[in-house]
Amino acid sequence: MSAPTLAVDRLTHRYGEWIALDGVSFEVEAGELFGLLGPNGSGKTTLVKVLATLLHPTGGSAAIAGRDVVRDRGEVRRRIGVVFQQPGLDLQLTPRENLRHQGHLYGMRGEELSARIELQLERMGTAGRADDRVKTLSGGLRRRVELAKGLLHDPAVLLLDEPTVGLDPGGRRELWDHLADLRADSGATSLVATHLMEEAERCDRIGILDRGRLVALGSPDELKRAIRGDVVALDSADPRGLAAAVEDRFGLEAVVVDGAVRLEIEDGAAFVPRLAEAFPGRIDSITVGKPTLEDVFVHETGRPFEERTAGRGRPEREPEVEEEPGAPATPVEGLLP
Amino acid sequence: MTAALLPAATLWWREVVRFYRDRSRAISSIVTGVLFWLLFGFGLVDSFAPAGMPADVGAVEYLYPGIVVFIVLLTAVVGTFSLIEDRRQGFLQGVLVAPVPTGAIVLGKVMGGTTMALLQGVVLLPLAPLVGIEVTAGGLALSVLALFLVAFALTSLGFVLAWRMESIQGFHGIVNLLLMPLGILSGAFFPLAGAAGGLELVMRLDPVTYGLSAFREALYSTPGIEPIGPWLAWGVSIGFAAAAFGAAVLLARR
Repeated sequence: MSAPTLAVDRLTHRYGEWIALDGVSFEVEAGELFGLLGPNGSGKTTLVKVLATLLHPTGGSAAIAGRDVVRDRGEVRRRIGVVFQQPGLDLQLTPRENLRHQGHLYGMRGEELSARIELQLERMGTAGRADDRVKTLSGGLRRRVELAKGLLHDPAVLLLDEPTVGLDPGGRRELWDHLADLRADSGATSLVATHLMEEAERCDRIGILDRGRLVALGSPDELKRAIRGDVVALDSADPRGLAAAVEDRFGLEAVVVDGAVRLEIEDGAAFVPRLAEAFPGRIDSITVGKPTLEDVFVHETGRPFEERTAGRGRPEREPEVEEEPGAPATPVEGLLP
Repeated sequence: MTAALLPAATLWWREVVRFYRDRSRAISSIVTGVLFWLLFGFGLVDSFAPAGMPADVGAVEYLYPGIVVFIVLLTAVVGTFSLIEDRRQGFLQGVLVAPVPTGAIVLGKVMGGTTMALLQGVVLLPLAPLVGIEVTAGGLALSVLALFLVAFALTSLGFVLAWRMESIQGFHGIVNLLLMPLGILSGAFFPLAGAAGGLELVMRLDPVTYGLSAFREALYSTPGIEPIGPWLAWGVSIGFAAAAFGAAVLLARR
């Protein structure tokens, strides 16, 4: 068996007292599109920074193409392409100039560099705007130029930290189409950090991060199948009271998530009449659904994925150090090997 | 060696292109400088006879080399704003993950800022004959070299101060507190020879004083026009530039 393209072993990172990464281990095989799913502050950015050699982890290790990210920093840098959450293009330069600059940083020049630039611009569908200043390009186009920039030196692994932040749904979809094409056409290996379920769905495998811990690892389908049956959500004026009552009556685990009572049950549809019968007038609505990745997260952590009230309007830029989460993570038995 | 030079060169090239595309910045700093010089020069023409200078050197002539160095200093320092911008905009992160030696990154950035600052000073050199300074070819070469050293040292110093800065506002404070006095106390506006004892000592501690001294002597091709001898002036200027650049590299390496 060949060595994994990317291997993370019991990786731990502390910022002072706060543990940003807590013993994270996983591997990414060549040709895989791997997603790192987690809410804000779960440690995604820290992990990407460690892999990108910008941060020395305080414990554990990580290797890319068999090279340790701390000891063989230079070797690792040659083998990774990074697209950060923050835009990394020079707005005053054109896409072509940005790529030329990037190529020179990686020691490429002349004809070979020009050929690679043309190839990447073409591939990302940005060739038509290659000589306009980046500041005149749309957000989606800029991101694709960044992707071209990250791919210019033909890296073994492409690391992307929230690459679709600030893009509209159309722009997001387009970027993911490009990522998928990339894997299909050239077998590229990518690790993408995201907080969006629909993006994680498009990955071959995902790791779910919560408060610095990896709480689940597998393909999206595998993870969802692990929740047997259906997820039933009950809206109620008194969700806490109802949850307690459901637990009493049926001996099921009922969790309040986002103001709704949430149950996992084998056959949701058959259970609905029993619920309605048992709690007349206390339930406003009942929803039965197949488990989603969000349910996987709730299943593993007992908490909602992200505060809905705060909405999707996350800040454009995360601070260097991710927000400190409140209580330490409770150990959960998950699907970890 | 080329592995370090190509990245340094491309970083330098980027600074130059950006500067060229944002000409208003360049023009405004030159216009400000020239206005400063004319206002002060003609304002002081009858009330200020520079101490320690030949009798025929009036205020306008005295202030001319000072203003040139002052503009170089200001442009050098303002140029390092780009480092803070690069960090805030995320561009720097992309450079830092590239397989490039830190020294090459610092050299590219510092040479970029130095080039801008030097150009700002050099475009003012044709004014020298207008104020009555006859510059020889050798003197011109040495004057440019002196300006280069000032520009290189101050860009490096600006790099050191800007490296950890999160905001341009914070950097403005430092510029006012630390870098402006370096220019004002360099002898650009009043001569060393005429300053009160305590102030004269402070002026002698200002490394830019030596850069201006070297520049003035090169312009006039007259050793002794400055109280500081040429060896000391050039020695301190080279030492200052080397030390500031070394500090920038050390800091960037962490």
